[in-house]
Amino acid sequence: MTVYADNAATTQIAPQVLEAMLPYLKEQYGNPSTLYRLGRESKIAIEKARSQVAQAIDAREEEIFFTGSGTESDNMALKGVLYGPAAKGKKGLITTKMEHHAILHTAQALEKEGFQVAFLDVDSQGLVDLEQLKEAIGPDTALVSIMAANNEVGSIQPLEEIGAICRERGVLFHTDAVQAFGHIPIDVNKMNIDLLSLSAHKINGPKGAGALYIRKGLSLRPVIEGGGQERNRRSGTENVAGIVGLGAAAQLAMKTMAEESVRLEKLAHKLTEGVLRIPETILTGHPTQRLPGACSFAISAIEGESLVLYLDMEGICASTGSACSTGSLDPSHVLTAIGLSHEVAHGSLRLTLGRFNTEEDVDTILEKLPQVVDRLRAMSPVWNRK
Amino acid sequence: MLYSEKVMDHLAHPRNVGQMEDADAIGEVGNMKCGDIMKIYLKIDENEVIQDVKFQTFGCGAAVATSSMATEMIKGKTVEEAMKLTNAAVAEALDGLPPVKMHCSVLAEEAVKSALEDYYKRQGKDPADYMAPVSGHCEDCCQQQEG
Repeated sequence: MTVYADNAATTQIAPQVLEAMLPYLKEQYGNPSTLYRLGRESKIAIEKARSQVAQAIDAREEEIFFTGSGTESDNMALKGVLYGPAAKGKKGLITTKMEHHAILHTAQALEKEGFQVAFLDVDSQGLVDLEQLKEAIGPDTALVSIMAANNEVGSIQPLEEIGAICRERGVLFHTDAVQAFGHIPIDVNKMNIDLLSLSAHKINGPKGAGALYIRKGLSLRPVIEGGGQERNRRSGTENVAGIVGLGAAAQLAMKTMAEESVRLEKLAHKLTEGVLRIPETILTGHPTQRLPGACSFAISAIEGESLVLYLDMEGICASTGSACSTGSLDPSHVLTAIGLSHEVAHGSLRLTLGRFNTEEDVDTILEKLPQVVDRLRAMSPVWNRK
Repeated sequence: MLYSEKVMDHLAHPRNVGQMEDADAIGEVGNMKCGDIMKIYLKIDENEVIQDVKFQTFGCGAAVATSSMATEMIKGKTVEEAMKLTNAAVAEALDGLPPVKMHCSVLAEEAVKSALEDYYKRQGKDPADYMAPVSGHCEDCCQQQEG
């Protein structure tokens, strides 16, 4: 039996989401841009999904634009603002060192093109320093992009405070909410969010469907040009089934968020307590201000990739930010940003629980993980060396 | 990135893991910062045949599997034969490694050669007269990155 504990990577599609999608993969194949009934029905389905997504973040329907992924939404937000009229000629972007690569690499590419990009530090618990943010905002700052919650260590940023600062200083605020959307309450008005990226597959929806919320009145330059779909913001024939899946997943997430977050926090608490009983193991990220099912650790004297492969042999799906897992020689930029040394980051382990995890799953992990750690430490020349 | 069946087999069932109380030679290479360390112990008889090998490795799947395979490849061989071990041969014996993991196989070759150097020293011989060049140094990877 498999214990899937990598819900930050992706999630299983919920049965009701799949059910909602299936007609659009079978008989309802019409192109939403066409005039006849078959096409109109696809269009109606898309607009229903738009309404479901809008409701989930307190946005208006006309502020939601469907994309092919969270990454595309991030690209669209950063490039769309900085290349477009929304930037009002300003060339500055402020982001953080712990963003997902979709933001980080896009920001670095913009920097090479001549835009001024500041990468804010985060503290050891993965939070931005609001004072540093205030100092970084200058007359040429067009956009601040700070993720809502981190994908590796689960830390949740103070969105409302960040939004208030950006509004007061007259700069646009984008948040990559791919990990947070559907897991914690997000209100674009209360939090003064001008742009927000989200994705379906992190909330029990399908892969290949995302959206960007763009506050009404903001004019972005499109990244993908073509037939003018999504009101000229994002061309390309709509992924109707995927969009319907995103809408259904958003609706499901909102309906169950209150009870699910309590349930997941309880499971995560039990898992964290159990894992921390393994000697020389630390929790990474913020101790309390974190996503409900997100647990992340660093275990000394063992290497993360080996650990993940050994857990896989026991039927447990987990992930790591160790250097060896990234295909480079450096540990993940997130673990480096929160100040972990290479030595500590090598032993990183991420276990993220989701909708379909049970207490039995947690018990299985707590039974198998210490055994696997023991096996690897028995093989490790640096364990018990002191 | 996919590991071969052989890599997975050596990772799941590493051969010759452990320490050796009465080793005739010990080698240790790598460092914590790079993220892989291999320690190897050799038992060598009077005919310079490697009778037993043990290893301990901290590192990724490729590091553990290449360590395990290297110990199998030198067990029962003479010291002179073991000196000819290359990282490429270890990787080949594992049906190849993903390109980004080739550097990990250097660790095993370097560890074997480090142990052989220790052997010659303990024999009162100058290792320089016997050592074959290593295909690379594990630590170079990290230093290149920093530079």
